[in-house]
Amino acid sequence: MSDALAVGDVVATGRFPIDRDALVRYAGASGDFNPIHYRDDVAQSVGLPGVLAHGMLTMGLAVQPVVNRFGSARIRDYQVRFTRPVPVPPEGEVVLEVEAKVARIDEEQGTARVDLTVRVDDATVLGRAQVVVALESR
Amino acid sequence: MADRREQGAQYDSGMAVNADLAGTAYPETEPYLVGREKVREFARATGSTDPVALDPAAAEAAGFADVVAPPTFAVVVQDRTLGQLLADERAGIDFSRVVHGDQRFTYSRPIVAGDLLTARMTVTSVKTLGGNAMVTAESDIRDAAGEHVVTAVSTLVVRGDA
Repeated sequence: MSDALAVGDVVATGRFPIDRDALVRYAGASGDFNPIHYRDDVAQSVGLPGVLAHGMLTMGLAVQPVVNRFGSARIRDYQVRFTRPVPVPPEGEVVLEVEAKVARIDEEQGTARVDLTVRVDDATVLGRAQVVVALESR
Repeated sequence: MADRREQGAQYDSGMAVNADLAGTAYPETEPYLVGREKVREFARATGSTDPVALDPAAAEAAGFADVVAPPTFAVVVQDRTLGQLLADERAGIDFSRVVHGDQRFTYSRPIVAGDLLTARMTVTSVKTLGGNAMVTAESDIRDAAGEHVVTAVSTLVVRGDA
């Protein structure tokens, strides 16, 4: 059994709406209660335009299409750079769009590097978003 | 920042973080018991639809003792180590000036409900860039048997006075 992956293959995509409720839910689930993620007045007092999504929420959502495709147990490494904050309005939602593409296959290590493109409103919000997954043994 | 200086933290002129922090190792954190409902709550909050993360029967059928945490769940354990860093007066980090720069997890295996995890953090580098300080800290997370589970590395950007 082989994954039959090739460099350039889009292996997964995902679309995740983020609203204020999602931020509160993530705050509780993660224990990250920094008020810039739920209070506009606090966010503005430190020079931000308003409430921002937790970077770690963005990182957590962005990897889910890869989890669905390969399973958590095959993920060896996952890294991102937080390049652009994601403001979340009090009403409505923003949408995180994810595309996962095979960037490199290392037969010797038995791994593939999958690069994520993660966008909100066509602007990239995560840089160097890379997931290393174990190839299926064959 | 001025208040912090008066509390005795050591600074280079204008620098937001103590440069001598690099190499500092912090004590092992109290054990964290990974709960099934916490994993499921975290999975739902991060958009998971993975049965192995949400359904104990599916996890068992896939060969796991219990539900499998999503990849970024390790941050919940790592957070306890970052808390040590932010509480360290010697570090002199003003939390309200901290921005998360980048994050990396390197796994030996996924975290599974029932795991009892401890973490040890080392500050691996402190750099300054345009008045900001960049602090990189590596947290080594192990299970009750002392086996490596995941290493979590964060770079925190501490905005300077300017």
